[in-house]
Amino acid sequence: MFELTEEHQAIVAMVAEFAAENIAPHAVQWDQEHHFPVDVLAQAGELGMGGIYVREDFGGSGMTRLDAALIFEELAKADPTISAYISIHNMVAWMVDRFGNDAQRAAWLPQLCTMETLASYCLTEPGVGSDAAALSTRAVRDGDEYVLNGTKQFISGAGASGLYVVMARTADTGSAGISAFLVPDGTPGLSFGALEKKMGWNAQPTRQVVFEDLRIPASNLLGEEGAGFSIAMKGLNGGRVNIGACSLGGGQAALDKSISYLKERSAFGAPLIGQQALLFQIAEMQAELESARTMVWRAADALESGSKDKVRLCAMAKLVATDAGFSAANTALQLHGGYGYLAEYGIEKIVRDLRVHQILEGSNEIMKLIIGRIAIDS
Amino acid sequence: MKIVVLVKQVPDTGEERILDASTGLVDRDANDPVIDEISERALEAALSVKDRDKSTEVVVLSMGPSDASKAIRKALSMGADSGIHILDDGLLGADATLTAQVLAAALRNADADLVITGNESTDGRGGVVPAMIAEHLNLPLMGSLTTVNIGSASISGQRRNDEGTQDVSADLPAIISVTEGFAEARFPNFKGIMGAKRKPVSTLAAAELGVNIAARTKISSVETRAPRSAGSTIIDEGQAAAQLVDFLTTNRLI
Repeated sequence: MFELTEEHQAIVAMVAEFAAENIAPHAVQWDQEHHFPVDVLAQAGELGMGGIYVREDFGGSGMTRLDAALIFEELAKADPTISAYISIHNMVAWMVDRFGNDAQRAAWLPQLCTMETLASYCLTEPGVGSDAAALSTRAVRDGDEYVLNGTKQFISGAGASGLYVVMARTADTGSAGISAFLVPDGTPGLSFGALEKKMGWNAQPTRQVVFEDLRIPASNLLGEEGAGFSIAMKGLNGGRVNIGACSLGGGQAALDKSISYLKERSAFGAPLIGQQALLFQIAEMQAELESARTMVWRAADALESGSKDKVRLCAMAKLVATDAGFSAANTALQLHGGYGYLAEYGIEKIVRDLRVHQILEGSNEIMKLIIGRIAIDS
Repeated sequence: MKIVVLVKQVPDTGEERILDASTGLVDRDANDPVIDEISERALEAALSVKDRDKSTEVVVLSMGPSDASKAIRKALSMGADSGIHILDDGLLGADATLTAQVLAAALRNADADLVITGNESTDGRGGVVPAMIAEHLNLPLMGSLTTVNIGSASISGQRRNDEGTQDVSADLPAIISVTEGFAEARFPNFKGIMGAKRKPVSTLAAAELGVNIAARTKISSVETRAPRSAGSTIIDEGQAAAQLVDFLTTNRLI
């Protein structure tokens, strides 16, 4: 499991080439201009990146979670923000594939897999983050329809997506009273907040998503009524591995840039790489990233095989990989000195982008809660 | 229509390549082996025909060491239907005449309507193999094309030379070689990559093609290029512009 197959290598090579050609040269500019490159996402979709682990009958690529982790790491080397958005889109496409009925799968998967239609995931609310089971967006059954009211917060892709998978309360029974719904863009009653101004992740829009007496057919219920929380948590297991992989890519890119910089930059008459104190920092970045990578691959494998250990392994992968990625990027900024602080060199952007990975998909404190509880319960 | 695309694996063009002075051969271990970019453009031309007409069969043919199977695999992942790998240790360092003879022998059995190849490889840069193959097979060659129109019974295209452009055409079967003017190759998609290993690749030795391995070219000597000497530096003390003009005039550069 620790050696990549020839097929894995071919996948990595293709994604690396695609990202180096179509994403990396524009990453700094997209960040500066807050540009969401939907055209490039559609190109990625053509290559199969819109439904990486979606079954093949409706256009998915039918690949494994490990394949996905490798793909997101490569994309993130070029731009963590774009990679992270694609990973969220994939999580939603997987939810439709895994929990949708054939009519829902046929209606949505072909366009999601090509990324002609983008998807957003709506769980968090203005007053409800880590305590997701307390969400208050409400869905009330009215004949053949559900009527949704509420507000979702920090929604990636909001305003640009064609499909919103929304977690809403159908009963006042805590986590058991949450259901998942498919809300198409353009549904009357759907509106968006202003673009959030953020520290990073500027190449994808983040907005509130607001539902005001929004009516959708009852057939837009995804899975059973009351299954929403379970769907959300299952989706997040994969989301955690994916975001960990995105952090690895960002961190690795920062490390690679640091090695080149220390080799070419001289101070006190010799290249900086000759300073053992700096070499040790490179070694630490490398070791932390490589350990985290091993963890991400193991979690991806556990998720793929349905191992009973998957929840804690996914949480650990998210925790160590997002910490290792941010730490590597932050160290890289220091190693680059003043140049690291300039936007042009792309390092400060990686730091800003990776910082949020420690917060979302379940904050790293929540990861510790999950890992700790499982540790003491078993 | 059946199209055979000639594909060559070469040392990565993006890196500095090394010629082994003792053998006169490229040091293949010094660089990552990749599918030649011009081969990819040739393949793209064939695949664009297949895009329009799904019944088109695209076969890739490569002569090279065992590692060349990766180049074939990549071509299959991009959309080619099958591969032929001519693998024979005796062909190591084969010259252009022997290479052309071997490829022609393989093509004789391939029953192709059209053969597409790059005009010259990125490593050897001889540029003679397409014409030699055409001669062996008695096929019309439209070489170094900048554009092509592939019909079901004939092809036409344009080639550039020192005087201008030539419009050329031929009936099929024929062989064409393409230049950098052709479209860049597509990326293989995931389905292509996953499906490539299920596509057939046949491996042939020179003897199976009835070719007697004998090089006709002898390399008499190989010399390493002399290292570049440092240029002269002009430090601007108010006279730099005049000194530059003097330099350019003296060396007849202006």
